[in-house]
Amino acid sequence: MRHTLSVLVENEPGVLSRVAGLFSGRGFNIESLNVAPTLEQGVSLMTIVTDGEDQIIEQIIKQLRKLVSVIKVVDMNEIKCVDREMVLIKVNAMDQYRAEVLRIVDIFRCKVVDVSPSELTLEATGDRGKVSALIQLLTRFGIKEIARTGSVTMRRSMQTDE
Amino acid sequence: MKLKGSQILMESMIKEGVDTIFGFPGGAVLDIYHQIPNYPLRHILVRHEQGAVHAADGYARATGRVGVALVTSGPGATNTVTGIATAYLDSVPLVVFTGQVPTKLIGNDAFQEVDIVGITRPCTKHNYLVKNVKDLAKTIKEAFYLARSGRPGPVLVDLPKDVMADTCQFDYPERIAMRSYNPHYEPNLRQVRKAVSLIKKARRPLIFAGGGVISANAHEELTWLARALQIPVTTSMMGLGAFPGNDPLWLGMLGMHGTYVANMGINNSDLLISVGVRFDDRVTGKLESFAPEAKLIHIDIDPTSIRKNVSVDVPIVADCRLALQALQTELEKLLEGEDLSQRYISWRDKLGAWNENQPLCCPEGGDKIKPQLVVQKIYEITQGEAIITTEVGQNQMWATQFFRYHRPRTWISSGGLGTMGYGFPAAIGVQIAFPDSLVIDIAGDGSIQMNSQELATAVSYELPIKIIILNNRYLGMVRQWQELFYDRNYCSTCMHHNPDFVRLAQAYGAEGFRVEDVKELEPVLRQALASKKTTIVDVVVEEEENVYPMVPAGAGLGEMLLV
Repeated sequence: MRHTLSVLVENEPGVLSRVAGLFSGRGFNIESLNVAPTLEQGVSLMTIVTDGEDQIIEQIIKQLRKLVSVIKVVDMNEIKCVDREMVLIKVNAMDQYRAEVLRIVDIFRCKVVDVSPSELTLEATGDRGKVSALIQLLTRFGIKEIARTGSVTMRRSMQTDE
Repeated sequence: MKLKGSQILMESMIKEGVDTIFGFPGGAVLDIYHQIPNYPLRHILVRHEQGAVHAADGYARATGRVGVALVTSGPGATNTVTGIATAYLDSVPLVVFTGQVPTKLIGNDAFQEVDIVGITRPCTKHNYLVKNVKDLAKTIKEAFYLARSGRPGPVLVDLPKDVMADTCQFDYPERIAMRSYNPHYEPNLRQVRKAVSLIKKARRPLIFAGGGVISANAHEELTWLARALQIPVTTSMMGLGAFPGNDPLWLGMLGMHGTYVANMGINNSDLLISVGVRFDDRVTGKLESFAPEAKLIHIDIDPTSIRKNVSVDVPIVADCRLALQALQTELEKLLEGEDLSQRYISWRDKLGAWNENQPLCCPEGGDKIKPQLVVQKIYEITQGEAIITTEVGQNQMWATQFFRYHRPRTWISSGGLGTMGYGFPAAIGVQIAFPDSLVIDIAGDGSIQMNSQELATAVSYELPIKIIILNNRYLGMVRQWQELFYDRNYCSTCMHHNPDFVRLAQAYGAEGFRVEDVKELEPVLRQALASKKTTIVDVVVEEEENVYPMVPAGAGLGEMLLV
């Protein structure tokens, strides 16, 4: 099962390599990994999307916690959270398709961030499902390039029961 | 007071209680070596950096203190990697200081530059590159704290040459606060009570102890638990010495070359009280058939050890000693009304029968000396009053089977990594720590050649280490596998061109003996063990003797080969 892990780390040289090395050295998967500083000086937040059976995920979390540079690990699957990623997509948009592409842009509330006579570059944010659906719909026009940030997540303020 | 980086390093080590460092100098650490004579630190000059780390490791295992090694940059640093990985796999507290090229040259492929922090990242508990002399004291404080706290392990500190020459105000931090590292020592009482209720219900309980009991100094608590409840004990190889090997409750080691009774015990037990173990594959054999009828209590300081390989009924993440103390308190309440020991009588009888059926015994017959007999004789002569180090392979396994370890920290051997060439340099560290103890390296003719250069070290410090070589002219354990599983295709395992070990010893100024006749074995061993010099005894043994029992790799513990 896919899990999103939110990992607070000391922002020091080599920390990314410690985390990435842990995954490669122990044969764990990384689907996406996003790192950026937080408001707190010297602390970065990593969001790691990984995949594995429960016992593997448990090991991944414990092994991450064991790293001396790791401050906190939260399995976002255990709580209600907002999950978003951003994607840039450069898609073919010749005259005959342009209107159709723009309609999809509209439906998905994307932004057109770059334009040329034959291509459009779109910026979209959403959860995984939305991004995948968008990519799927645009595929038939011919996607020339794609860049995704990987997930970032945040705990929802209200942890309501379903 | 302003001090140079090299002086800060010395002062900090003294603050940490270091009195001995094992090392080898080089260009990048000359500033440090320049300071050593000014401080009350004993530097032991080895002949290879791997030897320095193993010696520091032996020192640490024998004393329970942090071992320290100091080497230069580049090849000096890379030569430590095997030693560091050895310590990492066996959770040995070490601090390894490596020299580094000046900070300005880092990344330039400078002379004798390697990214040792990058290289050792996966085999250290943590490591540091100190880029500013202002961070030096704090880093050293953290390094020693990390090495010895929680689950112990090696920590490497990389020291660029200019940082050692720079000066700054020296204030050694009194306390340490790391928001990202807070080992958990106290057991959860609810879990302890759950463990007690499992113990109360059990009919065929077994204690399975490991190296964690020794590193937590929990052997007394473990021994109490076993004796108070009369529960038999087995240990992993790392746990030898955690329970007296001459106690009637002792079953011997379990696992691939464990005793018949220990493995049968695991197979038939209904409760495994596992303390300070990590369920390594050499212990469990085939996981699906490991302890099939047993509930599992698992006490360990490292949360990652729990449910890594086997599922556990009652996990207790805690210091082994504190957990066993809590267990003792709860059990004493329980024991007041009831004598639990009586209820395990039939279980102990059953184990006794297995042991009688298939005891460990020295094979007889043939003209050549049996290697098992050599270890048995060493035990008889010393009465177990010795610190044994080993190399890796058959010599190591016979040393687990035919010597009985009465006390913790008297068995010093590379378990997790299985490092050939470990035993002799480790013995140097042990003998330095305990100059008056009898320190014996039980070696093979293959392994001893991996670090025999340290004979120069042992002789120069007048260390009366005894190296007993079980010389079968083979890489014996590998040959055994070739015999059993690779159609006797003895490819590259014959040691046709061994040196003359007696003359090798003499060349270094050590004493050398050779034994070929079984009648001479005991007198020569007695003479050698009484020697005040570094001594090699080259015992010419049966070439194709195998270690039994043996659980083939991937088989269950019940599928032992017995002869």
